[in-house]
Amino acid sequence: MCRVIEVRDLTKTYPGGSREAVAGLSFTARPGRVTGFLGPNGAGKTTTLRLLLGLTRPTAGEALIDGCPYARLKEPLRRVGALLESGGAHPGRSARDHLRWLARTHGISAARVAQVLRLAGLAEVADRRVAGFSLGMRQRLGLAAALLGDPPVLLLDEPGNGLDAAGLRSLRETLRKLAAEGRTVLVSSHLMAEMALTADQLVVIARGRLLADASVREFTGAKGPGALEEAFLRLTGGE
Amino acid sequence: MPECPVSKVAGEVAARGAPGLIGAELLKLRTLRSTWWALAATLLTGVGFGLLAGLSHRNAYPGMTPEQRAADDPLFYSLYGLTLAQLALAVFGVFAVGGEFSTGTIRTSLLAVPRRGRLFAAKMTAIAVPACVVSLLTVLTTYAAAQATLGPHAASPDEGRTLRAIAAGWLYLTLICLFAAGLSALMRGTSRALAVLLPLLFLGSQGLGNVPVARTVLQYLPDQAGMVAMHLADEVRDPAFARDYGPDTALVLVVLWTLAALLAGYLTLRRADAE
Repeated sequence: MCRVIEVRDLTKTYPGGSREAVAGLSFTARPGRVTGFLGPNGAGKTTTLRLLLGLTRPTAGEALIDGCPYARLKEPLRRVGALLESGGAHPGRSARDHLRWLARTHGISAARVAQVLRLAGLAEVADRRVAGFSLGMRQRLGLAAALLGDPPVLLLDEPGNGLDAAGLRSLRETLRKLAAEGRTVLVSSHLMAEMALTADQLVVIARGRLLADASVREFTGAKGPGALEEAFLRLTGGE
Repeated sequence: MPECPVSKVAGEVAARGAPGLIGAELLKLRTLRSTWWALAATLLTGVGFGLLAGLSHRNAYPGMTPEQRAADDPLFYSLYGLTLAQLALAVFGVFAVGGEFSTGTIRTSLLAVPRRGRLFAAKMTAIAVPACVVSLLTVLTTYAAAQATLGPHAASPDEGRTLRAIAAGWLYLTLICLFAAGLSALMRGTSRALAVLLPLLFLGSQGLGNVPVARTVLQYLPDQAGMVAMHLADEVRDPAFARDYGPDTALVLVVLWTLAALLAGYLTLRRADAE
């Protein structure tokens, strides 16, 4: 159960929504590998991650981390690191202050704050207000926040958004390294080629439903990363 | 709950538990410029209008009839500036809570503190600290400023009524800030909260509660009760200010309004999805 992300028959219907955002979804992400969470825009990836993080409540089913709903985890930042779209930092605060208040909720030291700022390549701009940050810098701040508590489980929603080629490469290396350290890494993306290079396991969804749950090798066969894109488009009906 | 290993690498230094959460919320407030602007505006508005109120009364005094002089109350001019200072302090409460929703920071807050009751309690406690300090400073300096310009017409500071009005002003300003904070959690955003709050506080202080028919209901609004509590709605001075309750009941009313806003804000935070 430890370090395992488990989604069981998860369903979410928003009030006034015409259809289920997530419909009976089940999958598991295990430690030691990068699990790519793929789907076209609007497939329900973000909703699923929000359900896992207790930000949204499921209509039915369960979303568990370490066998437990997120909201019941003690010291959640030491168990789960999360990056949500747009980073979630107040634009009026500096990057360092954003991490400082987060650290304060868990008694994490200022030295660790400085360490994750360096790790994310933000040491130079740490005392500038987030309002002046590019999308890529905000993503890196979000990643720094996710790593703050040195958590064994990571949930990252489109962490590659806004990153340039060098940034994407460094993100890929970071994710591989985190998985190699024995962590569970669940990464959502709509970029197939990038996931083919990063992930070990792929969970593909569309319209809130599971389409496939297989290793990258099973997906592409011997044909290499290009085949994944084709397989994905075939699966999702070209959406 | 399973016993899964928790990372120990990130060093533990500061307080955890409730003191850590309140400390984190205080740090959030301290690191936003809007906090300092709103709190400074509270103090300056109070003092500025205190000076003006005292000065204008001193200039008007020679032209007043003996009846007007007899019915007059120096306390009114001494604390009237607070009805405007409260707007800035309420805005502080709105920014402190509503800003989290408007900027999406609330999601990060809930990731760090998923127990929503704890997050709400820590945030409100943290807001109460500067609100309490700035309220006291504002009430005292506003009073002092008005006294200085009132000169020979100043209120007697050792009079029990004056001291009660000052204490009521302190409590009222602190509570109205928490009222604004609770309302912002209910409205889930800065602009929506301001759209409700500013007319409520501003139109009220401009005399909406003096319109005869409206008064039966509007006199119970929080800012109207605040004016009664601070002895600003004095029917001897102006019959239009006649109210169906006294200063002590007025404070109870403000407390009830604040509790209602906090409860509504908490229930909204607890129930709603954080989008």
